[in-house]
Amino acid sequence: MGLTFKEIVEKVKTQFPDSIVSTQEEVIQPWFETKPEILNKVCRFLKDDIELDFDFCESISGVDDTKNLWVVYHLTSLRKKHLIILKTKTERENSQLPTVMDIWKTADWQEREIYDLYGIKFDGHHDLRRILLPEDWQGHPLRKDYKFPEDYDGIPLR
Amino acid sequence: MPGIKTQEILVNMGPQHPSTHGVLRLVIKTDGELVTEVTPIVGYLHRCAEKIGENVTYDQWIPYTDRMDYIAAMGNNLGISLAVEKLLGMEAPPRAQVIRVLVCELNRVASHLIAFGTFGLDVGAFTPFLYAWREREMILNLFEMLCGARMTFNYIRIGGISFDIDQKFIDKTKEFIEWFEPRIKEYNDLLTYNRIFVERTAKIGIISPERAISYGLTGPNLRASGVNFDVRKDFPYCGYEKYQFNIPLGRDVPEIGAVTGDCWNRYYVRIEEMIESIKIIKQTLENIPAGEYYDAPKKIKPKAGEVYTRIENARGIVGFYIISDGSEKPVRAKVRAPSFINLSILPEIGKNVLVADLIAILGSIDIVLGEIDR
Repeated sequence: MGLTFKEIVEKVKTQFPDSIVSTQEEVIQPWFETKPEILNKVCRFLKDDIELDFDFCESISGVDDTKNLWVVYHLTSLRKKHLIILKTKTERENSQLPTVMDIWKTADWQEREIYDLYGIKFDGHHDLRRILLPEDWQGHPLRKDYKFPEDYDGIPLR
Repeated sequence: MPGIKTQEILVNMGPQHPSTHGVLRLVIKTDGELVTEVTPIVGYLHRCAEKIGENVTYDQWIPYTDRMDYIAAMGNNLGISLAVEKLLGMEAPPRAQVIRVLVCELNRVASHLIAFGTFGLDVGAFTPFLYAWREREMILNLFEMLCGARMTFNYIRIGGISFDIDQKFIDKTKEFIEWFEPRIKEYNDLLTYNRIFVERTAKIGIISPERAISYGLTGPNLRASGVNFDVRKDFPYCGYEKYQFNIPLGRDVPEIGAVTGDCWNRYYVRIEEMIESIKIIKQTLENIPAGEYYDAPKKIKPKAGEVYTRIENARGIVGFYIISDGSEKPVRAKVRAPSFINLSILPEIGKNVLVADLIAILGSIDIVLGEIDR
């Protein structure tokens, strides 16, 4: 079997001493939070290191905790059969994070979905457009402060 | 002819087109018969099911998950149930666990039958579709007998299942298996090794294992590229570790000219998976423990926390990421939809192919739009 959560975090810590903001172990599934500025480097390390080998980016999710916007990465190693949950947060206004689509191609559409529904801009993404909603839709529905519109292009919605 | 350049034309395929499997729109840049660029445009069925999830209780959200992958809805029911059970720190009774595996595998067969039938349709073979529909109808009748619904079941619930199975259901399922097993050979004779079909699918739309992993493909699409990864084996749930079954993988078949990761392999992995599913169903039928089939707290109010669970559905990994704040409704209910992620590879492999091959490639990915748009 693969590495445990502690071993993975330890490896990241040795490589990037001040990249980890916090770790949560006393929960059902442990996770760690990393600084957004260094996110791309941490992800590259997680993928390229032979022992970590996180070749498979299973899911990227946006989360709104009413204070900040978070992006959560569920990574899996198909060869080593271990998992890690990586989080990073950004402000509500002008929310911006680096893209990871140069590391895992699957991030392309998943980041577009997060941009569409949360309005987080991913720096370096090659084609950041809305994907599920129409191009001229106002606002980002999964934000907690989203107000349901009265009409869309003059068509009443209520 | 070499050397002759034609003018590029933008062709709009869909959203109402028989081979887009729903309301998917493809904008195709063509140079004569050659597709130089393809851009999928999705979202026509978008209902923001994740926003709905934040406004209804956990139990109430299960029917919405039915309507995502409506062809293999049992898996979606199971995914959300497992996630909430994990948040509650409980497990379904043993009887429910076995019945869950039974219905999920039946549903997988029904779903792969659609993939088999409609893929034949896409490349011009009409008859296999009718054969597939005949067998699928039998499975839907079984489900109707079980819970009254044929496609959107709401059968697997948090804490178990909604109705117990009886002897009649077991007998009928056994009857179905007896009828179904010899049919696989029929499918192979009809379609799998049919010369025209092989010409249309072998060596078309080849996905290398590295590319498949990078794009996050899962399910038969990933395994057709030769990557041995199946959640049922690698991260077992519901007691899958107790059952004997193999994971079919894509491979080179020199006799017919198919290579690992091409359309033919993506198709054939599904045929082989049906055989494996039948194996699992047989094992479950022999050993259904007695006892409770439903055991959930009166009020489903998980403690604050978050959980991500994955299950192997017909199209790949369905992941549910649920965050609870201790109330009756989730704060965040996210679905990792396999079709959405599988489709994202289309612009990459749909480049520099013939228009007819693009249809074959799209058909071989086997998407469900309800799940892509959510």
